[in-house]
Amino acid sequence: MFKIIEKEWLNANTFRMVVDAPMVSRSCMPGQFVIVRTDEEGERIPLTICDYDRDAHTVTIVVQTIGAGTIEMSKKEAGEYLADFVGPLGNPSDLCTDPIEEVRKKKIVFVAGGLGTAPVYCQVKWLHEHGITADVIVGARSKDILILEDEMKAVGNLYITTDDGSYGRTGNVTVCMEDLVTKEGKEYDHCVCIGPMIMMKFLSLLTKKLNIHTVVSMNPIMVDGTGMCGACRVKVGNDTKFACVHGPEFDAEKIDWDEAMRRSAMYKPEEAAALEKAKEGV
Amino acid sequence: MEVDMMKKVPVREQDPAKRARNFEEVCEGYNMEEAMAESTRCLNCKKPMCVEGCPVSINIPGFIQELKEGKVEDAYQVISLSSALPAVCGRVCPQEKQCEGKCVRGIKGEAVSIGKLERFVADWARENGIKPTPAKEKNGKKVAVIGAGPSGLTCAGDLAKAGYEVTIYEALHKAGGVLVYGIPEFRLPKEKVVEKEIENIKSLGVKIETDVIVGKSITIDELLNEEGFDAVYIGSGAGLPRFMGIPGENANGVFSANEYLTRSNLMKAYEEGSKTPIMKSKKVAVVGGGNVAMDAARTALRLGAEVHIVYRRGESELPARAEEVHHAKEEGIIFDLLTNPVEIIADEKGWVSGIKCIRMELGEPDASGRRSPVEVAGSEFTIDVDTVIMALGTSPNPLISSTTEGLEVDRRKCIVADDNGKTSRDLVYAGGDAVTGAATVILAMGAGKTAAKAIDEFLNK
Repeated sequence: MFKIIEKEWLNANTFRMVVDAPMVSRSCMPGQFVIVRTDEEGERIPLTICDYDRDAHTVTIVVQTIGAGTIEMSKKEAGEYLADFVGPLGNPSDLCTDPIEEVRKKKIVFVAGGLGTAPVYCQVKWLHEHGITADVIVGARSKDILILEDEMKAVGNLYITTDDGSYGRTGNVTVCMEDLVTKEGKEYDHCVCIGPMIMMKFLSLLTKKLNIHTVVSMNPIMVDGTGMCGACRVKVGNDTKFACVHGPEFDAEKIDWDEAMRRSAMYKPEEAAALEKAKEGV
Repeated sequence: MEVDMMKKVPVREQDPAKRARNFEEVCEGYNMEEAMAESTRCLNCKKPMCVEGCPVSINIPGFIQELKEGKVEDAYQVISLSSALPAVCGRVCPQEKQCEGKCVRGIKGEAVSIGKLERFVADWARENGIKPTPAKEKNGKKVAVIGAGPSGLTCAGDLAKAGYEVTIYEALHKAGGVLVYGIPEFRLPKEKVVEKEIENIKSLGVKIETDVIVGKSITIDELLNEEGFDAVYIGSGAGLPRFMGIPGENANGVFSANEYLTRSNLMKAYEEGSKTPIMKSKKVAVVGGGNVAMDAARTALRLGAEVHIVYRRGESELPARAEEVHHAKEEGIIFDLLTNPVEIIADEKGWVSGIKCIRMELGEPDASGRRSPVEVAGSEFTIDVDTVIMALGTSPNPLISSTTEGLEVDRRKCIVADDNGKTSRDLVYAGGDAVTGAATVILAMGAGKTAAKAIDEFLNK
């Protein structure tokens, strides 16, 4: 059992949990993920790590209530327990494992959409602690769903953009990126993009045109998360990779996005039915 | 009860038509009368070949002699000297290739039904609250075991009995390994059998820590240098499921058997109201001919599908246990033998709509002695299915080998261990599928047992 130390709602359907998980916090790195089960009947839910504190033995996750499983998790409060919290899984971000002097030479930009802001924060913070302050584009549909603004400002050069123009710049992250590079003289040679699949697809089509090497973090359907089930197959170039052991970060240019999006919808009818049931229960 | 000495006492099974629609255990096992009757068939050979055929060397005639006299508890203690999981082995061992395959009775008639007798004894012991002989005094030494599957549990049980303080680290949320995620309920009941046998191992003093991924959460070097373990046993199991590399394999509706079975067994997706979904298939092709293929096929059947086994060799080459093939056929699984998939066909939305196959014929025997199949030119045909399950074995998981410096792996990336389970690293032993590649429960147990002995000998030097 894993104790929830803190819990806070970041917007109407996104919450942040700080969990006592010494076996994860002792070795986790930005880019890696955990698998969480709320209770003994719960499904195994993969979540990318948002923050960690080795001294306090805690790991922070940010969760959006998009399905029955995450709604169930959202009912847990500080002081209560999660049945399982296992990790770290997957590989750390290359930026946090490559020699730091190499990383320092790169002109890095992060692009975060929606919930993707949480795992991006983890990497930006790590770089900041290692003397590198990167540019960060954070996109949201509107101001009221923007998350982790203050936290991100403290560790990176933040550009906020909203689809409806209610805060920061107007338009999606792709528009913002294009403006920064083509109109505002920004130069980047490395981009890390995390967010909804459709956003990562279009952002990476742009960065390819702009000649910016781009890495994305994939979050496909998973069961065990340790390489055993193969549900998380992602086509990368000519190879089929398992996101859990070979990823979750891959070169954006090589991803077969249409296949990835199709595969992520594999259990849509079942998920919708479960969501209906969960909502009735609320 | 009258016994035909040439034949096994028949075992009661659920009716095939009925069991094809439920997940209750297929084989009902012997009762006391049947078990005692069957035990009279054992000749108590001076040189018991059956024991040689057993990877954990159970004193088979020994326990059967106790059983003949109705002393079931004594029979259980004889078995538990050698096996930590008798109720499991009685159900899942390929007896026809091991103990029963060597039984002298088998020369002229049918072998003694050793597996069913072992199962009876273990079930009787459990129902009557009999536990294995507890650990003797602790010797103050600590061993870490990686993986709570058959190999790790056996190694841990033996070491605990020898006085070691043993902690098992398990990556999943539940102990049991393949016994809980792989083998279905209808072949190996989880609550009734697996959990109880794991309780027995815990009662020997073994600690099991779930949700710990050695190689990620903590490394082997940290276990040895920081956590104070005197030795480590790696029983981390098989690994990444193999696919064929044919077109269409990433279509929606193509699963590894591991995924399909894990959803059903570990996550209980076969039960109404389960929170983990499983595909509701109408027609399924399972590719492969081993036990895992049979398990996946019979699970899909029970979930309401018509199921085809697609296997590239012939009937006699099927690597599955004879009993599983027999049961699968009784239940109505269709065997498309000498058939190999060449492409998975998807509809316009990317969902599986068929599997294109080619007929095969058997050619010359290959290095393994099996006749290798060759394609019959121009014989392609398509089976309309909505689901394809690949049961082609696994390749080793890199989590441990990639984070343990100096741990030698072979060209297939399996961990290299000698006959005693010793790896290229001091104090590190390994066994089971992590070393051999996908094999059987009992071979993994045998490796765990051998390594426990080697660890004990080394640490007591």
